[in-house]
Amino acid sequence: MTYEVDAKYLTKKERRAIPRQAMPEQAANIRNKDFSEVTLGFGLLEAQYEAARCIQCKDPACVAGCPVGINIPGFLEQIVEGDLHGAIKTVWDKTALPAVCGRVCPQEIQCEEVCVVGKKKGRESVGIGNLEMFIADWARDTGVSNEVEIPPKTGKKIAVVGSGPAGITVAGDLAIKGHEVTIYEAFHRAGGVLLYGIPEFRLAKDIVDYEIEQLKSLGVNIVCNTVVGRTVDVDELIDEMGYDAVFIGVGAGLPNFLNIPGEDLNGVFSANEYLTRANLMKAFDFPKYDTPIIPGKNVAILGAGNVAMDAARTAVRLGARSVSIVYRRTKEQSPSRHIEIHHAEQEGVQFKFLTSPLEFIGDANGKLVGINCEKMELGEPDEGGRSRPIPTGEHEYIDCDLAIIAIGTSANPLLTRTTENLELNQWGNIEADTKTGKTTKKGVWAGGDITLGQATVILAMGMGRDAANSIDAYLKGEEW
Amino acid sequence: MYKIVKREEMAHKTIILNEIEAPQIAKKAKPGQFVMLIADETGERIPLTMAEVDKEKGTITIIYMIIGKSTRLFSTLKVGEGYKDIVGPLGQPTHIEKKGTVVCVGGGTGTAVLHPITRGMYEAGNRVISIVGARNTDYIIMRDQMAAASDELRICTDDGSEGRHGFVTDELREVLENNEVAEVVAIGPVPMMKFVSLLTKEYNVPTTVSLNPIMIDGTGMCGGCRVTIGGKTKFACVDGPEFDGHQVDYDGLMRRLQAYRVEEEHSDNCMFEREA
Repeated sequence: MTYEVDAKYLTKKERRAIPRQAMPEQAANIRNKDFSEVTLGFGLLEAQYEAARCIQCKDPACVAGCPVGINIPGFLEQIVEGDLHGAIKTVWDKTALPAVCGRVCPQEIQCEEVCVVGKKKGRESVGIGNLEMFIADWARDTGVSNEVEIPPKTGKKIAVVGSGPAGITVAGDLAIKGHEVTIYEAFHRAGGVLLYGIPEFRLAKDIVDYEIEQLKSLGVNIVCNTVVGRTVDVDELIDEMGYDAVFIGVGAGLPNFLNIPGEDLNGVFSANEYLTRANLMKAFDFPKYDTPIIPGKNVAILGAGNVAMDAARTAVRLGARSVSIVYRRTKEQSPSRHIEIHHAEQEGVQFKFLTSPLEFIGDANGKLVGINCEKMELGEPDEGGRSRPIPTGEHEYIDCDLAIIAIGTSANPLLTRTTENLELNQWGNIEADTKTGKTTKKGVWAGGDITLGQATVILAMGMGRDAANSIDAYLKGEEW
Repeated sequence: MYKIVKREEMAHKTIILNEIEAPQIAKKAKPGQFVMLIADETGERIPLTMAEVDKEKGTITIIYMIIGKSTRLFSTLKVGEGYKDIVGPLGQPTHIEKKGTVVCVGGGTGTAVLHPITRGMYEAGNRVISIVGARNTDYIIMRDQMAAASDELRICTDDGSEGRHGFVTDELREVLENNEVAEVVAIGPVPMMKFVSLLTKEYNVPTTVSLNPIMIDGTGMCGGCRVTIGGKTKFACVDGPEFDGHQVDYDGLMRRLQAYRVEEEHSDNCMFEREA
């Protein structure tokens, strides 16, 4: 692809002829040995040509498809015009975390799925996510920051519990409205799942740190090492510490286990533990960092969602000889993004579909040596239209010294157990109004995975935005 | 930073006491609860149960044995310096109530953790018999504090240099033979807790132990600290750290504590090399 003509001078016909620009990536056989980011990002010309593929729909479906409603055609055209300042402002208008969203949002089932360009036969949708990443990275690299005029202090105080995507969004939104915001984080560093969960090679941690710095520059206080529910509880925040509102965005941090024999063997991990060691504690750089990790020669990942792919690709980078995803359903039924499966395949991860673990097998010292599995086949579709895997009776033994369980997480009861009048659903998630995020406890809002179960970064941000608006209205006198 | 205001060396400098400024933790802490500590930027998160809490001064006290890289790093911190991060209080507090005669059994640095529980039991009106064991008289810690919190303090040493020449279980058997005991609380090395629990099972005396498995976050997030209690998986960080001693799978716990033995030695050696 050559970029001889400035994208803004292309005719409509020429624009339509531009193919989707591929995201430059590190070669798989190089990147699978280190933790630097896989995606390298667009250059300016690539970005302008990609943005020029947008046909500027009058009634853009992509905006409706975005959980935070970014004016997508708007910022794309600004990129084409070369108005990068304008473009990032348009994006910042709706999201505080474009560098993060550009990388980890499932665009293919949101904005890009409904993109009209991609509906035409033989055409692909506009690479909106890649462009969001481009413009956010440009702003960070050139030192352009989100300079918003903050109105006079309202004198209202808000406590935000958890510094993940939901909490960051709420804090940023309310700080911009002149409120005094403090985020309480249980870990020693802020960022939540962006830090402990999503690996460096998918989201560089200096990007997360940068976003946190941006929040601080808006006047947000961040207090780490504080477990709300233990160090301080929700009622104390309201009654003793003078907070006018509390937002709970503590995520779904409790790892689910398989509850099969041998799960306590050495070498069997939850994905949460494995990824937290590698990401937050930087065990990949052991012994420079003190936290160790078992590298594993033959690694089996149980589950096939995005977290499973993250764990598998981390194991590859830590030097495993073989890494397999073991999943009781099929590839098509995997809840993972296609790009994640694709990247994992490129890096040498193998897939064992229709395979269900029955028992972890250990040696005399209690160390994992393998997993007994049963082969499955697809049965009739259930009420939801999804075919259920049915045991065949045929067994398979998988040789492995490291097994990582990535079958989802549940709500952590630490905060909810110590907070009165906070209604929970049957899974332990907080009941919150879907439009406002209001819980059953006056003055307390909730959003993100603690209300949704395990969902995505962008949905948590969308809920954070709604809650921030509701909190602002309440603090300005609206009835509870 | 969480500043160290007092530092003591015990047992030939193998055991260190740190009193640390942490007012918010001190305000909330109850006997039996623990904190996670990180020494510096590259440090790991280490769980330690608090030995003492001074709510007025806003300090917590930890006592640890130097056994690996991280505890050795901790031991280099002087008064006025401090820990980069401390979070807590974590875990369930000890269930303290008046029960009658309570026997508190401590081994090694477990005695440090046992002390606030012993005092709690004593203050709740129980008759408290404490049994403290160590390899020899120099390794008995908190002798005075334990004596002050007990009606009776009995010492056992492996070499007979103080008190009974033998194990805490020998002394405990004698106590169980001659007293109507309502509860035994045992905190120390895993084998000690295992054998205490086997003994008290014979006498059908309820027994509480405090477990210290490997943890990352201490809030239920990683599941690394999972222990098998009565055949069920529990997380020591949120369900514990104290459990019914008769239900604990001690062998499984010991295995899991060995999980990083190779890496821990490597890390420790690297620190030695750097110092040399």
